[in-house]
Order: sequence, then structure tokens, then C-alpha cells
Amino acid sequence: MRLFRQKMPFKALIGLLIVIISISGAMFAPILAPYPEADVLGRAWAAPSAGHWLGLDNLGRDVLSRLLYGARLSIGLSLLITALSFTIGVFTGFSAAVLGKTIDMILSRAVDLLLSMPALIFAMVVLSVLGTDLAVLIVTIAILDATRIFRVSRSLAMNIATLDFVEAARLRGEGLWWILRREILPNALAPLVAEFGLRFCFTFLFISALSFLGLGIQPPNADWGSMVKDYSAMIMLGVPTVFYPAGAIATLTIGINLLVDWLVSTSAAKH
Amino acid sequence: MMDKRTEDTLLEVEGLRIEAASQTDVRSVLVDDVSFALKRGEVLGLIGESGAGKSTIGLSSMHYTRPGCAITAGRIIFNGRDIREITETEERSLRGVKIAYVAQSAAASFNPALTIGRQVCEVVVRHKLMSKAAAKARAVDLFRSLDLPNPETFGQRYPHQVSGGQLQRAMAAMAMIAEPELLVFDEPTTALDVTTQVEVLAAFRALVRERGTAALYITHDLAVVAQIADRIMVLRHGKMVEVGSAETILHAPQDDYTKRLVAERNAAVAEYFVATSKGDDTTVLCMDGLVASYRGLPRVIDNVSMELTRGDTLAVVGESGSGKSTLARVIVGLLPRESGKLVFQGKELSAALAQRSREELRRIQMIYQNPDIALNPKQTLLEIIGRPIEFYLGKPKKEIKERVLELLRQIELPESFITRRPPELSGGQKQRVCIARALAAQPDAIICDEVTSALDPLVAEDILKLLRRLQEKYGLAYLFITHDLGTVRRIANKVAIMRKGQVLAYGETADVFSPPYHPYTGLLLSSVPEMRSEWLDEVLYKRQVSVASVVSS
Repeated sequence: MRLFRQKMPFKALIGLLIVIISISGAMFAPILAPYPEADVLGRAWAAPSAGHWLGLDNLGRDVLSRLLYGARLSIGLSLLITALSFTIGVFTGFSAAVLGKTIDMILSRAVDLLLSMPALIFAMVVLSVLGTDLAVLIVTIAILDATRIFRVSRSLAMNIATLDFVEAARLRGEGLWWILRREILPNALAPLVAEFGLRFCFTFLFISALSFLGLGIQPPNADWGSMVKDYSAMIMLGVPTVFYPAGAIATLTIGINLLVDWLVSTSAAKH
Repeated sequence: MMDKRTEDTLLEVEGLRIEAASQTDVRSVLVDDVSFALKRGEVLGLIGESGAGKSTIGLSSMHYTRPGCAITAGRIIFNGRDIREITETEERSLRGVKIAYVAQSAAASFNPALTIGRQVCEVVVRHKLMSKAAAKARAVDLFRSLDLPNPETFGQRYPHQVSGGQLQRAMAAMAMIAEPELLVFDEPTTALDVTTQVEVLAAFRALVRERGTAALYITHDLAVVAQIADRIMVLRHGKMVEVGSAETILHAPQDDYTKRLVAERNAAVAEYFVATSKGDDTTVLCMDGLVASYRGLPRVIDNVSMELTRGDTLAVVGESGSGKSTLARVIVGLLPRESGKLVFQGKELSAALAQRSREELRRIQMIYQNPDIALNPKQTLLEIIGRPIEFYLGKPKKEIKERVLELLRQIELPESFITRRPPELSGGQKQRVCIARALAAQPDAIICDEVTSALDPLVAEDILKLLRRLQEKYGLAYLFITHDLGTVRRIANKVAIMRKGQVLAYGETADVFSPPYHPYTGLLLSSVPEMRSEWLDEVLYKRQVSVASVVSS
């Protein structure tokens, strides 16, 4: 199999397979899921049976259905947040590299300020002050994540901006938008795509962590992080339900990492 | 019992073949069926363009290949033993000790955090061949014979504290410290200024002759190799073209390719450009007392005045650090001038790029030194050449494409190249695309910043011809920045010689280069290597007489 005109190694194929399964699970959740995610169907912690393959949870809801619906929220939200943080981070990072020392200084110090606080604690403070609204969650994590992407894109653009073709574009009188989009972005794309995969993983885990702490996605909506939180106590009593959402998080993270490792190595080979 | 061959033959290479596995998994042959023998104390020059396999052969004599390459056939016999068959331990005791390597860029080869002396002594100390004190004494001795200043304390300095020429010589000292039997010089003077090149070359030659060390001298410059080599091997595309004594190759070459190389090099020294006056004295660009500097540092451009008229080629010549490239940046507005006037077609130009009108920007175009980074690798030639047409002239898509095709014809590239991207082109082709991009804006003046110095001699020659033809056709004015006097003589009708930000001499090319000239002009002129093997001796003799006055000025 080939992607970006490169042959894919076995490990990357496994990663791709995991990602495709997860995404299609999320996309087709309403069709695939045997029950609605929030319906109480029976006794709490019922063992797996023919009707409920993965059993029932603490409130008697079908675990498989919640896992599929949870994929929607967990993956969809991560994708949205990562895309948003990349838009902010890449634009500001490239601008800082191209627009000269003063603007670079202002942007970089602002980012340093945000970076100086632990992201999880910062997010917890913001979310507990502004409330756990989904929009607040998205914007907060996106901005926190954008600081890292700012760093990466700034250093990428710094290297590209010193090349003569960027100077040639400036001498031609091209505006900022053209230089960022046509001269720099195409040459920074490969490492940025690799970074996107990595960031997606982190965002995913970050949301799970916030949900686990009760600040992320609110019930009755299912997501993998809050499912781990809800089910974890029962592990003491020998109920293995917690391993399904936890395993899903771990598998998807590994899958994405396998895919990203390959993207990073091919983009490194090109440079 | 010694083999008869080993008595005077140090290195013998037979049927050497080196291949590289490329990305497409097809093996490409870098060096094919190369054989030569090197006697003790003999210097063999390896000549060829980039990609000819010179460096690959040089490195293979140490049984080393760049990552991804491998020696696939042939024998490399050093001191009677095939070094392809020795163990890794033996190989380690060979490298740096019996065979040493002098790389092109000393600046990139030295560790900036350690003193020069420590790095020079490292080989013998690590191999436990000498005590630290003995190694240090040997290093001082070498510094002295390489004519380095203050040989006793030179080793205590860090790489950034010495000049490029001195560092290159320090690297030769590093190579010589273990008294190797074979030295491999890989373009050791290419990155140096002409005046420095003379000194370094003289030091290398004295060293090799004094100690009777055999050497492989790799270079693309026939005149340089003429000074040092006993025999010369000409290479092209990894194959041997011609081998012979230096005299034969330089004065009676047999092969067509060698003949062309020799002819090109002769032309560079002998030919003068005959000014074809256009009878048009319209001033295009007038500089008057330009002054510029980088943020509070000393002036890089100091009171520079010159004039460019229609159809003119004004060459700005100088060594690195002379401010010639900064002058280009000041003219285009990348570095705003501090004072002085810059008048373009009767109208004063703003100091900063941002304040200039699009029309003003269109009329002055620039071509860069390194075509590899002057073109966006992700854009097609249609986008690259078409963009100025779209940006400045606002033509519709169809017209842009027609114009790009026309420009491709003018720069002598096939029309099918319109969909290609820069990585698919050769260096010379890329530089042609840069020319087309500049032409697309229909400029009045083009600033050429060292446009031929990254190219092989024969390719550079074609680029110069193309530029001249385009000039005649469109009446373009060129400001030609270069360090190569050969280029100046062939293309420029006017010349300005710069040193430390100031113009030392300015006028018609023939006038500036005829005696009586400024002493620095004389120094530059005498430093251009000639293909006579006695040239270096003559220069050195003359220098002893006259150089002191220039250097002290």
C-alpha cells in the first residue's frame, strides 16, 4: 500500500488499520450500536451476554454502545480541537518567523507565559471558572495546544524564511498571506502533518484526563475518559468493564503513534 | 619478500566501482571502472565537475564511502595490501594515521568548542602514537612550516578566532600530524578567496614536497591543480576520461572533454570583453554616496557611488566581507541605506522595500547565487515563472502560460518543463529558470549576485552566454556581483573593485585592469591562478616584493 508515494511498512499499516476501525466505529455509531447510549437496560454491572457483548455499566447501560458513541465524542472533539489549534498555532508561528523581531518577541513571550503554567492545571482553572461548557472546553484546549504548535511552526518557518525564494517573493512585493500560504506552508507541510498526528494523540488523552477529573465531557454523554472514571472503582470487585474504554484509548493512541512514526521518518528522509 | 610493485607504488586502484542505492531502489553507479596508481611522493590531481565522482574516489582510498554507497567491485591496494579485505581494527589504524583527509570546509570540520591545538593533536594522542607533549611540539612545528602566525600559541586559539585560510591550513596540520603516507585533499581551497588561496596552496605544496608525502588532490579548477600535481586524471560522470602528466593534460589534451575544460579555463584568463556600446547613455541606476550598516555595527557600505546605464554590465568585484552582496541588499531595499542617494530612472527610490511601489519593484529584479534555494521546490515552473507576470502585469491565465512557454524557449529549456518542479532540474537548468523569473517581470535592471559561482565551469560559461544574449536583445542593465575576475573580464564593460565596504577602483573594465592600477587590483589580478605550473612560484616571488605595501594599507 502506498501513501504520499511512499511504500508503507507493516507497523504503519497496523496503525492505519486501527485508526480506520476507530474512525468508522465513531462515524457509524448510530447504525452499529445495538442500543442508545443513555438508556438503562438492566441490572448494573451485568456480565457480558449475547444481548450485551460487553455487559452493562454502573447504571445498567450497554457498554458496547457507549464505547461506540464515546468514540464519536472523543475522536471528533480531538480532531476539532487539533484542527483549531493548528490553525491558530501555524498562522501565528509563521507570522512570528516572517514579520521580524518585534512581532516575534511579542508573540513568543505571550506563548512563554502560557507555557510556563502546567497545561492540565491551567485548563482546570479556566474550566472551573468559566464552566464546563463544550465550547469553552474546545477553545481552552485549542489555545493551550496552539502554544506548542506555535513553537514548532515558528522554528520550521525560520529555517524556510532564510531561503532565497522567500526573499525573492518579498522583493517581488508579495503580501504576508501569499508568503505564508504559497512559499512557506508547502515546504513545512510534511513535518506539520506528522506533528498533527502527535498532537491529536495528546489532545485525545488530555480530554480523557479532563473527563476523568469531571471537567471534560458531561454526563449522560459518553466519552472514553469519563467511562474510565465511572468504571474504575469496580476493578477492586473484579469487574473488568474498565478495560474496554481504557483499552480503546491505549489502542488508538498506539495506532496513531505507529502512523505518525512512519510519517515523521518519511518526512525526515525527505529533508 | 616484498612484492615488486610495493617498492615505489603506494596506492593502486584497479577497476573500482562504487554504487549508491537511490530512493527508487534502482542502483546508480557513481564510479565505474576507475584504475590508477600513485607512487610514493607523487601528487595526482583529480579533476571533474560536480557529480564526476572525484570525492567518492578520494574517500574510497581510505575504504570509506558515504552512507548509502558501497564499493561493489575492484581492488584498492595500499602498501601492498588490499584494504577492502583488512579487518576493522587494521582499518582504524590506517585512517588518520597512514592516510589522512583534508576537507573542503575547515569551518564545518572543526569543533567550535575545542581549541585548534587539541583537535590537531587528537589523532596521535588517541592512537597512542605520541605523548601529549611530543604531539604538541610536532603541531607547533607543522604550524610553522604552514606559515601560520605565532606557531607557538596558535594551537591555543579556537576555530572562530582565526581566518578561513588559517583554519584550512590548521586542517592540513591535523592531517599531517601522524606523518601519513597518503593525503587526500578534497577541494581544500575552493571556499577561500583568491588572495588567500594563493597562500594556502603554497603552504600545501611546500608541506607535501618537504615531507615527500603522496597526495590525491581533488579540485574542479585546472589552474589550481596545475600548481601542485605531477599527474592529472580527468573524470566525468564517474568514468575516467583521460590520465596523464600535468603537462600533457594542460597543454596537449587528447580527449574532447578535456579540451573543452582547458579552453574554458584559458578563456577565463585571457579573454577581455569588448564593450559593445549601445550608443545609449540613459542612466538606469545611479548610486551616490551610499552608506549602510547592520544595527550599529561599523559601516558595511561606505560612501559607494557608481552608475549603471542601459545595456551596461557593471561588475562589482571583491573578496568575502567586501560588502558587495550588502550593496545588492541596499539597492533592492532589504537593508535600508543610512544616507546617500539611490536614483532609479530619474526618480529617487525609498530606502526601505515596503515603501517602494510595485512598478519600482518590477523594474529591478534579482538573480541569486545558489539556484537550489532560490526556487520554491514545491512550485511548478509555470507557477514560478508565471507569478511575476500575474503579479506585476495582471495578465489572464492563458496569456501567462503562453508567455511562460516563450520564456522557456528563450532560456533554452524544453516547453515540456512547464509542469516540472525545481528538484527535477539540474543546477544549470535551475539557474536558467531564475533568469526566466527575472525576465518575466520585464525589468530594466537585473542584479546578478554571484550567479555562476555555484555552477560547474562549462555550465557557468553557458549561463554567461545566455545573459549576454538576453542583454543584447532587451537592452538590460546588469549589476554583476562576483569574486571571480575571469567572469568579470568576459561579461563586464564596467567594473568596481570593493574592499571593506569602499570602492577602490571604478571605471571601464579595460582601464581598471590595465596598469597603473590600484595595488589591491594588482593583488587580485595576480592571484587568479593560471595554468602554467610555474605560476605559483612567480606570484610568490612577486608578493615578497610588493605585498607588504597592500596589506598594510
